[in-house]
Amino acid sequence: MAAGIRTSELRKVYNSAPPLAAGSGGAFSFAAGRRKGKGKQPKPEVVALNGMSLEVRSGEIFCLLGPNGAGKSTTVGILTTRVRPTSGQAWIGDLEVWKEQKAVKRLIGVVAQRPNLDFSLTAREILIFHGAYFGLSSQERSARAASLLERFKLTDRADQLVRGFSGGMMQRLSIARAMMHDPQVLFLDEPSSGLDPQTRLLLWEIIREYNQSGKTVLLTTHNMEEADALCQRLAIVDHGKIIALGTPAELKSSVPGGYLLRLRFGVHSPELLQRLQALAGVREVRGTENNGADVYADRGGSLIGEIANLALAASVELCDVHISEPSLENLFLHHTGRSLRE
Amino acid sequence: MNLKAFLAMLARDARVARRNIVAILFQTFLQPLMFVIIFGRVMVGSGYMPANYKSLLLPGIMALCMVGTGIWAVAMPLIGEFQFTREIEDRLLAPMDISWVAIEKVVAGTLQALAAGLMVIPAAWLLLRPGVDLTLHRPLLFAAVALLVALFSACGGLALGCSVEQTHIGLMFSLVVAPMIFFGCTYYPWSALDKFPIMQKAVLVNPLVYASEGLRATLVPQFPHLSLLAVFVALVGFNALFLLFGLRQFQKKSVS
Repeated sequence: MAAGIRTSELRKVYNSAPPLAAGSGGAFSFAAGRRKGKGKQPKPEVVALNGMSLEVRSGEIFCLLGPNGAGKSTTVGILTTRVRPTSGQAWIGDLEVWKEQKAVKRLIGVVAQRPNLDFSLTAREILIFHGAYFGLSSQERSARAASLLERFKLTDRADQLVRGFSGGMMQRLSIARAMMHDPQVLFLDEPSSGLDPQTRLLLWEIIREYNQSGKTVLLTTHNMEEADALCQRLAIVDHGKIIALGTPAELKSSVPGGYLLRLRFGVHSPELLQRLQALAGVREVRGTENNGADVYADRGGSLIGEIANLALAASVELCDVHISEPSLENLFLHHTGRSLRE
Repeated sequence: MNLKAFLAMLARDARVARRNIVAILFQTFLQPLMFVIIFGRVMVGSGYMPANYKSLLLPGIMALCMVGTGIWAVAMPLIGEFQFTREIEDRLLAPMDISWVAIEKVVAGTLQALAAGLMVIPAAWLLLRPGVDLTLHRPLLFAAVALLVALFSACGGLALGCSVEQTHIGLMFSLVVAPMIFFGCTYYPWSALDKFPIMQKAVLVNPLVYASEGLRATLVPQFPHLSLLAVFVALVGFNALFLLFGLRQFQKKSVS
């Protein structure tokens, strides 16, 4: 029986330098320790999550999409017992994560953002010992390790130490390890960053297959293509909060018009923006920095001629034009005024 | 506590130790054996040291060897595994309270320290004989002291390993380990400090003093040594202190 995921008003404030990805601990050194004792330096506070409430249904592939630092990894960290929330609650199935950690750990498999493999072991040993930590019988873990190594195309290097593995191989092995104890909920923190396109496709196929066996998958990404291709539902996260939630199609259609034309003019002209608003098919016009304007419309290229004419009539130079088709990127821009890549 | 996961982690540490056995043997024995050769054979053989110095030296070397092994076996992997690569994560995610991951490291380190200590006795005896006068009249007391010394090394390793960053390893050895060895009554009995009363009092904060003196009291009781009661009280106290501090640091490092 697969389990869903739920969080309620999660808040996380880091007092020390925030971890690079969920799970890394606060740095400690003699010097830092002494300073802390005297309390001379105020601790820097970083709000990573600011009231994150989320519900992932059992058996779905759910995606958290957002730029770096949005709070995706911290959310995964709290749900996987690696980051303690400042306030709020999180559940896996019916289990409250921070009250029933042991039982929760049995239900989840975790792939961290950076490969955190046990570098003293070979690929096969990593899987077999992982199975042993979860109490699999000796036969069962050897058989599962062999089949996962085969599935992830690692059989050739199975008995070598993982130190010499390429980034892609390490990532594949991390995912195989997370699946070793057949968890009900699989967390993948930016699983395809650094993978070549071919391996990415293999990964997507494996994630879909795992989901089809009835398992819940939560993945984070800042790649819209990935979210679009893989997820049944997704949440767009920014500044530690969810700013939009739904299926990729629903979210995309929530952007007025769907198309986005990013324009830049030689001078700032509020009248011109007003005239743009009146063009057929234009849903919304927003002025942006540097004499720019974001035009949300239900058509793209065919508007350019009219825009150029209007600019000419107003004696305003049109310096730059960028057209994007309906996408999650536009959605992010619409909600935050910023690009995902910024 | 999840016994299966705990034993699997011990098996994992055994596998890694077996893989690195040559390096571990060199780390454990090279330095103590050089001390045995220079102090035990050269200095005694050339007449700079009295003949019975050999017997006095052996328990100190054993303490040094055990403490070095235990600290190294627990602290170094922990420092490495908590670094950027976060290798320890798969064990933190095992269905077991994370404090048991730290305790497993302490058990593994204690076993390694005991093995090292017990191997030093025959090795040094072979190198030093004749003239080593060990009297194991109270084997149970000796076993209890050896166990406490091994445990101290592993708990100390846990406390250091969870408090020191990779960039400070050199500093850890020069600021903590080296002074502990030199002021640890390993090459001289505590009573030899009678003429240096301030130093004699000051070194009592050093747990290695009790380790060396405890082994001296149970292996070569003919030499002056600290009372066994003091040794037991101090070692139990230090062990509890380092274990509690180490577990706290481990928790801090494990959970953001």
